[in-house]
Amino acid sequence: MEHRPIHLDESPIRFEEWRRRLPNWLQRFLPSGGGSHEDHHGKGMFGFTVFLLSESIIFLSFIFTYVVLRLNTTNWLPPGISGPELSTLVIINTVVLLSSSFVIQPAENALKRNQLSKFRWLWLITIAMGIYFLIGLLIEWKNLDFKLTTGLVGSTFYLLTGFHGLHVLAGVVLQIIMLIRSFIPGNYNQTHFGTSATTLFWHFVDVVWVFLFSLLYLWRA
Amino acid sequence: MTHEFSEAIAEDREPLDNWRQYFRFSTDHKVIGVQYMVMTFIFFLIGGLLAMIIRAELLTPESNLVDRPLYNGLFTMHGTIMIFLWIIPFNAGLSNYLVPLMIGARDMAFPLLNAISFWILPPAGILLISSFLLPNGTAQAGWWSYPPVSLQFPPGQLINGEFIWIVSLILIGISSIMGAVNFVTTIFWMRSPGMTFFRMPVFVWSVFSAQLLQLINLPALTGALILLLFDLAFGTQFFKPEEGGDPIIYQHLFWFYSHPAVYIMALPAFGIIAEILPAFSRNPLFGYRSVAIASLGIAVVSIFVWVHHMFTSATPGWMRMTFMFTSMLVSIPTGVKAFAWTATIWKSKLHLETPMLFAMGAAAMFIFGGVTGVMLAATPFDIHVNNTYFVVGHFHYIVFNTITMAIFAAIYFWFPKITGRMYAEGWGKLHFWLTFIPANITFFSMHPLGLQGMLRRVSSYDPRYQGWNVIASLAAFLLGVSTLPFIANIVGSWLYGPRAVDNPWHATGLEWTTSSPPPRDNFAEIPIVTRPPYDYGDPKYSVIKNSNNGE
Repeated sequence: MEHRPIHLDESPIRFEEWRRRLPNWLQRFLPSGGGSHEDHHGKGMFGFTVFLLSESIIFLSFIFTYVVLRLNTTNWLPPGISGPELSTLVIINTVVLLSSSFVIQPAENALKRNQLSKFRWLWLITIAMGIYFLIGLLIEWKNLDFKLTTGLVGSTFYLLTGFHGLHVLAGVVLQIIMLIRSFIPGNYNQTHFGTSATTLFWHFVDVVWVFLFSLLYLWRA
Repeated sequence: MTHEFSEAIAEDREPLDNWRQYFRFSTDHKVIGVQYMVMTFIFFLIGGLLAMIIRAELLTPESNLVDRPLYNGLFTMHGTIMIFLWIIPFNAGLSNYLVPLMIGARDMAFPLLNAISFWILPPAGILLISSFLLPNGTAQAGWWSYPPVSLQFPPGQLINGEFIWIVSLILIGISSIMGAVNFVTTIFWMRSPGMTFFRMPVFVWSVFSAQLLQLINLPALTGALILLLFDLAFGTQFFKPEEGGDPIIYQHLFWFYSHPAVYIMALPAFGIIAEILPAFSRNPLFGYRSVAIASLGIAVVSIFVWVHHMFTSATPGWMRMTFMFTSMLVSIPTGVKAFAWTATIWKSKLHLETPMLFAMGAAAMFIFGGVTGVMLAATPFDIHVNNTYFVVGHFHYIVFNTITMAIFAAIYFWFPKITGRMYAEGWGKLHFWLTFIPANITFFSMHPLGLQGMLRRVSSYDPRYQGWNVIASLAAFLLGVSTLPFIANIVGSWLYGPRAVDNPWHATGLEWTTSSPPPRDNFAEIPIVTRPPYDYGDPKYSVIKNSNNGE
């Protein structure tokens, strides 16, 4: 604040002093006393984080439905159906998806340091891991002995994995767009909002999968 | 009454903005705000027309005007349109127009996202209304669309009224979420230098609280609607009791959003009242900080009250007790607001222009609706009047007599700012009395009807209820007529009204420091805020000359 007029109360200054004592990442979410119009990256990431928190409530509502239905149903598995199988395929799929978080983060960091080719390689590996997960999901669906309409177990299983799969697909599409954008000269000189948001989204998709995996495969009937 | 703001009218200067901009894809928050407000008003007229048909049917105890499936469709669409296509998006439009101006910003945080969230609405609304043309008519399960009733459409018909209803509500929900992300980010990031949280007008505080509720609660409705859509169209069993599903889960998810939705609608209305009362009583808002915090308090408490809509849904006793307690807790922050409004205008000389009449009317009606609200929060009483006209009367006192009246107050108050022209005061006062008296007669009559046991959503009833029903219907028709002077006034004044000055009400607030209508970038220079809001009558702070009519 360069142009400082006579302050009739000192609260903006006190707020600013308090803000500066916070850790860096927290400061980004608390704009200085009376916002900062120029910080497009911070603004965008704030909005995107808010959106993801809101999005997680949809997952929560589905998980709530699943848990309540499962707790209140005496015969969860219809006769002759074994339910979702904790197969090698599922385990490998999970490992691939979760470890992709540890690939995309170095990719984003590389872009911030302007190491463009390192970014592209790591980013491409992440895309491949995402696509691998999606193909694995489709194979798993094909091999299961129940359908969407097979009782509550089918309804909830395909809903939860399908909705999560849609998010993985959206993440992969976003990643492909960001990769293409990196070939446009000068595109990432100003701001890395697109890649930062995609990375955050990818972490979100991973964290959701941890919960879904535990609830669907580790919770035995 | 003499016109005490006679200096409000300026010379005709340069021509006003091009009307064509309102029909284009614009990213200007002011254009988008006007687009929202005008479009939602058209939906308000459609929803009102449906209400007129409902009231005409209820003139006689027999079901003789429309057949029963159509009657079911009428009240379903009336509720859906009024909530999801009138009040919530109107508030979004007004907030869109005002929030950047009030916090000293040039636009919303994400202007393109803002335009997209508006342009989702017209197709969604037209889609919803087009379901009247389907062979089996619109959705008929009421605006809450409880399964299993909502799942009773004939099978094998993929596109039916209920399907269209769900799809358009999901679309409206997506638009609202995008809007909420935008509002919260704007209020957090776009404030001008010196505009601290405790210098924001209460309207901004209420928009902030309401949009937080959208973010936290609306996704639960979206989730419930997706599940309902799967049950309806793709053969799943989530909510089908005959196949092991649980319809009560839908009720929980639905009300987890739809009770806070009441506050999503009401909080901006409270904010409007808090802006207008100080301006026309020339007093600072009483207890500004408490009122601001109370907005957030209402929002937080309202997240934990939803089960009071489900006291008769086989709800266990501990839940009834808990949610009765939390529901009554809401009356504390709302009471803070009501007392602060009263104290603001206490013993001051009031300027009874149209916005003030509507704001005071809304505040008074809120007391009435609030009292019946506390009655309904008490489980024993609620079980007695559950699903009767008492409930209908209660929430119409909130959604019409409080919120819609506050919306009218806002339209009159900010009309000179938005259009640069002054409305006709006499027509405004006529509109007020034509709204206030019939609305009270219509919705008051519903309370005795409900206490006597008349159920809602019926097209035929016991003849002993006819007296109150005839009174309610006749007053409702008058209420329908009351929109005519309003439309004539607004349209006429927008086209031919005298030019308004920049600050006709001598109000504080940054939106009044720029020209009317504001330029594309709102302010020539980003304002630096050095004073608290509502500094009416305080010479230490005042930059705007006070009216000499004050005490």
